Amino acid sequence: MSLFEVKNITVAFGGVKALNDVSFGVDKGEIFTIIGPNGAGKSTLFNVISRIYEPSKGEIYFENQNISKTKPHNISKLGIARTFQNLELFENATVLQNLLLGRHIYKRTNILSEVFFTPSARKQEHEYRLKVEEVIDFLDLQHYRDTLINGLPYGVRKNVELARALCTDPKLLLLDEPSSGLTNEETIDLGFWIKDIQSLLGITIIMIEHDMSFVNKVSDRILALNYGKILASGLPEEIKNNADVKQAYMGE
Amino acid sequence: MRFIFKTKYSQDINIAKHNGDRFWYSLLILIMVALPLVLDDFYLGEISYICILSIAGIGLMILSGYTGLASLGHAAFLGVGAYTHAFLLTNGIPFYASIPIVIIVSFLVGAAIGIPILRLTGMYLAIATLALGFIAEHVFIKWEHFTGGNRGLPVPQPEFLGMSFYDSVFFYYVCLVFLIAAMFAAINILRSPTGRAFVAIRDSEIAAQSLGVNLGLYKALSFAISGAFTGLAGALLAHYIGYLAPDIFNIFLSLTLLLLIVVGGMGSLHGTVFGAIFVGFLPQLIAICRDYLPSSIGSQPGLEPMLFGIILVFFILYEPLGIYGRWMKIKLFFELFPTYKRQTFKKQKVFTKSDRV
Repeated sequence: MSLFEVKNITVAFGGVKALNDVSFGVDKGEIFTIIGPNGAGKSTLFNVISRIYEPSKGEIYFENQNISKTKPHNISKLGIARTFQNLELFENATVLQNLLLGRHIYKRTNILSEVFFTPSARKQEHEYRLKVEEVIDFLDLQHYRDTLINGLPYGVRKNVELARALCTDPKLLLLDEPSSGLTNEETIDLGFWIKDIQSLLGITIIMIEHDMSFVNKVSDRILALNYGKILASGLPEEIKNNADVKQAYMGE
Repeated sequence: MRFIFKTKYSQDINIAKHNGDRFWYSLLILIMVALPLVLDDFYLGEISYICILSIAGIGLMILSGYTGLASLGHAAFLGVGAYTHAFLLTNGIPFYASIPIVIIVSFLVGAAIGIPILRLTGMYLAIATLALGFIAEHVFIKWEHFTGGNRGLPVPQPEFLGMSFYDSVFFYYVCLVFLIAAMFAAINILRSPTGRAFVAIRDSEIAAQSLGVNLGLYKALSFAISGAFTGLAGALLAHYIGYLAPDIFNIFLSLTLLLLIVVGGMGSLHGTVFGAIFVGFLPQLIAICRDYLPSSIGSQPGLEPMLFGIILVFFILYEPLGIYGRWMKIKLFFELFPTYKRQTFKKQKVFTKSDRV
């Protein structure tokens, strides 16, 4: 049984069908990569999953539960976290504050206990911090705890966004182009981290990525999209030799 | 430079980050408590007014500076607070019971207004809140049973703790205590999950939402909290003016509050106090300057709003972080002396943000 399943999703913006009858399933513990040329509908797919876009047709199932009608702010409570292609960090806050926001879904305090900052509020802050520190250790962010996002280099920001998603303790992680804008070394590090997230933390990953050598190295399965339709799906080896994929990418 | 050696998570949670903080803020409070020994009634009155403005500023700062929602009609909440308080006192409710009721009423009014209005963003939100200010002013005029309409409403000055509000020293202490309490409440909100959620909404709504922040709920909550602080300020303001009339809570008062947070420094609680001092003393300064200007300029009636406008534009252009931002720069200059670089605070162009999600 798949952990996550997309069934016949169609998204239409006016006459343009950004996604056309897309179905696939992701098994628990997998690293599942979505590739495709620009405008293939990859980011649209992510935005449908995180419920920012409304699909015109089709359903999404997570742990056998239909989440097509779930409110966007409840998606993370189910255990789905995501990162963004163009970084959506809280720029005027410190790294620590950004990561603490990743714990927001576990909030137990109400506004009254916060106004008086009761011992329970303080205890909660400590608990948040413990988890945040685990993630900081995991992704080597120790140096940046109190730095404002504004003052960080791009590669570190990418990392902070991944850390923030991990702080929510997700079961499924959606990574939108995690390696874009990174240096070679940073990409190699990222490859290790993604493998570690899979094996040590047991998190299933769906990833959009363009860097094919990176994709082939980390992915268990690949799905190729073009013009909103599925071109091919299968193991990295199969995709590499698929005629349709070659056609879409190289125009042979 | 001071390097803080952190050994406990509590050090990041506590309000005072190091002993320097504790010393200077205690000293400040001591000086504030001792002020009546040296100042006469007039200046005490002025400083009480600055305390009231600061509390209102905290309210608007939480909404605009931390949640990133503009409001051009915040005088409405001052009005709600002032009229509710005066009405309750007139009906024999004692002061200590009236204040909590005022806070709750303004909180609920803020929430009730916030829920529909916050579906708007940016410019449209600003226009809607501007309209809110005008509507509130008209409600104060028309709802005569409650507000006394254009005739106005005298504010009873009851005894509290055996003291009278006519006593300017006592009133000063009341304002000071409420300011300190409001400050602590605001700091506590901002260092807990709710405050962080506000900042998240300000910086990136889409990311906040994907992390489980219910945008509608938190925006309404921000409006309500903002209303509660401003309503409290309104209640104290009622005692300060002594006689309420609807035209006190006009657009000019709303703009004064806006000027206060911009000049003080957006996104900092220190800024509210700096801004309140600035805005509180500005009319006096203008009045003094009038005497020295040629009468063709000095006696112009619109001088004050014009200067307010010019100062607002000046700060937005040249010191977007306000007085508090300037203070931080001066502090850093001395901390790093002689290696301070002008470029430290130069705003970088960032090209990573786009509308694509």
